[in-house]
Amino acid sequence: MDYLIIIIAAIFVNNIVLAQFLGICPFLGVSGKVKTAVGMGGAVLFVMTLATVVTWLIMNYILVKFNIVFMQTIAYILVIAALVQMVEIILKKISPSLYQALGVFLPLITTNCAILGVAIIVIQKDYDLMHSVVFAIGTALGFMLALVIFAGIREHLEKLPLPKGMKGVPSALVVAGILALAFMGFAGLV
Amino acid sequence: MNNFKNFTKGFLKENPVFILLLGLCPTLGVTTSAINGLGMGLATTFVLVGSNVVISLIKKLIPDKVRIPSFIVIIASFVTIIDLVMAAYVPALYESLGLFIPLIVVNCIVLGRAEAFASKNTVFSSMIDGLGMGLGFAFALTILGSVREILGSYSIFGFKFIQTDGILVFVLAPGAFFGLAYLIAIMKKINK
Repeated sequence: MDYLIIIIAAIFVNNIVLAQFLGICPFLGVSGKVKTAVGMGGAVLFVMTLATVVTWLIMNYILVKFNIVFMQTIAYILVIAALVQMVEIILKKISPSLYQALGVFLPLITTNCAILGVAIIVIQKDYDLMHSVVFAIGTALGFMLALVIFAGIREHLEKLPLPKGMKGVPSALVVAGILALAFMGFAGLV
Repeated sequence: MNNFKNFTKGFLKENPVFILLLGLCPTLGVTTSAINGLGMGLATTFVLVGSNVVISLIKKLIPDKVRIPSFIVIIASFVTIIDLVMAAYVPALYESLGLFIPLIVVNCIVLGRAEAFASKNTVFSSMIDGLGMGLGFAFALTILGSVREILGSYSIFGFKFIQTDGILVFVLAPGAFFGLAYLIAIMKKINK
């Protein structure tokens, strides 16, 4: 029950993109087509879960133990960058088909602040390892949901006759704002 | 003249937020009030100037293949410094910016300037570049923060000019998207 609440809260109530403003760059950047949005979402789900587990272990078994918690930012960003590289290399070797599907998105993920954000949030919330994993999965699913809805709308948006100044990013941001408004309706669900 | 141009380009012509569309996460996330936007902008400016200076100082020592990880470590060190300093001296601001302080490290502007400018130019012009870009970022955040604060709670820098509740939606998440959308459209018009 505890886990279910965490997942629903992470997907709908505190949606990482629309309520917490993390991962805006890939949100605006890649989401022109529903198919690429699903691919990006999958890559984020994979890396976010893995990165959260690894950084959680590092925090609790290295940084806290040696009393160097202030090194958190430096340690985390290095671990995440190395992890993304490693995932890319391993995937290429053991599962070329999965690499084909996720490959192009992996390098983009290092600069996705949602990954580092979630790794820091689980420490701030004092979750244990299992809760952290569930939170990371829920957050990634929320990211994917926002990305897919947004991509679907943007496919139609391109055909609309918009005023010149609003073309491109401004109109996309207005759509994101309306989506955020819709997601606010979930507040109080949990 | 060259340095002057270098400094002013960050404000309008190459404004990181309005024109280059970099660093949108903190832009949307912290601008619930003008003071938060300004604080975040200045913190980023500090990191940008510091990392630009250090990177241009040691650019010849860093092998080309490991330059990105090296840049990231330098940036992360400055982020840690500002994180600890803000926690000690401006705890209230630190509290309201929260997660977005450590996240300066993944702000595309900082790594972008390191890669595109500091790794190729002299120390002094890198410092000017960092200062210009950082203050341009602070400028954009302060404007967006002011717009949201004025509309959302009828106040500016904490000074309330109408004694009623504002249009609440501008302080909440959707207002950030709407505010930035129209500011970008206006900036496009001005730059033309």
